[in-house]
Amino acid sequence: MRLLDFLFPERRNTALIARDRLKIVLAHERASRDAPDFLPALQKELLEVVGRYVELRDEMLRVNVARAGETSLLEINVELDGATIKPVGNGAAAAAKPKPVPVTVGPPDRGSPPPWVKPG
Amino acid sequence: MAAKVIVLTSGKGGVGKTTSAAAVAAGLALRGHRTVVIDFDVGLRNLDLIMGCERRVVFDFINVINGDAKLNQALIKDKRNDSLYVFPTSQTRDKDALKRDGVERVLEELRESFDYIVCDSPAGIEHGAITALYFADVAIIVTNPEVSSVRDSDRIIGILASKSRRAEHNLEPVAVHLLLTRYSPERVERGEMLAIEDVKEILSIPMLGVIPESESVLRASNTGTPVVFDGDSPAGQAYLDAVGRLLGEEREMRFLKPERRSFFRSLFGRA
Repeated sequence: MRLLDFLFPERRNTALIARDRLKIVLAHERASRDAPDFLPALQKELLEVVGRYVELRDEMLRVNVARAGETSLLEINVELDGATIKPVGNGAAAAAKPKPVPVTVGPPDRGSPPPWVKPG
Repeated sequence: MAAKVIVLTSGKGGVGKTTSAAAVAAGLALRGHRTVVIDFDVGLRNLDLIMGCERRVVFDFINVINGDAKLNQALIKDKRNDSLYVFPTSQTRDKDALKRDGVERVLEELRESFDYIVCDSPAGIEHGAITALYFADVAIIVTNPEVSSVRDSDRIIGILASKSRRAEHNLEPVAVHLLLTRYSPERVERGEMLAIEDVKEILSIPMLGVIPESESVLRASNTGTPVVFDGDSPAGQAYLDAVGRLLGEEREMRFLKPERRSFFRSLFGRA
């Protein structure tokens, strides 16, 4: 080992920087990589179930997984257009009288983490 | 000045395309040219890491091609040099998302605001690599002094001559340059490595530069700094020489002889 590197180890330690950068970027990428596997199937089945009760178009239901540290959160957004909420004609829907529900869920903001994820 | 599209390509993987693309783009920016470096390796994004902007990626090349984001939303301005921008690729989509007409549209838009558009090609000769080289005005063939790399470079030179836009439209051919990387004068002297003259003779294209094997390249990639920003680095200086030649200057080739280290330098110096 060279003398200066021996005396000032931090001068040399770019490997530590590399390790930290990789940990951050991989943690982020693994989280988003693992998600899409089951999400499309889940979305399709949820559409089927919810669609039995309420008229629903494909783009009105979105599922997403948000992760922060140890916590994972399955986020399901069902957008209900107030004007077109009407029960679909089958027994289940007729039995449960649809009450107006104050749902104000917009499309998920993919740019920033959801409010329940603590930063950093 | 009309904007120039420069592609860094090689056929073979792991020869230093991304390192070289980052270094050449940063070198052009250091010379005052407005430069953007684009990652064409869809699905295997790495230019962002080498440029040190991996935590600033929001939108990417594919988002812009698909119209999901505007160009200025996706371009990342380098924090070290005002003339330098990084255009990251998508990590999630597959490489077929790189549609040729979409790429052409984005490049035309970039031509309006940049002097140089540096394209970092993926390895191989599949869709992504062909798309990266198709619009090139200048090609830099990144080659290691090693048999498989030289053979793959020859293959890519052939593809540039037949399948590029310039070839298909009977325009002036793509200006093809050789950039020999990971060159070790010590090993050449010992007869263990192909010499510059050997590679030049086999590929018979003009030599843009020879980058010596250097510890500083790994240090640069560790920290996400293009190696030309490391003033002490022989590789960084060799890249700056290559950029000078690219701009039409005469520069003597350096770092071609084994370095004789003095006792003092071996104690205090860095490679």
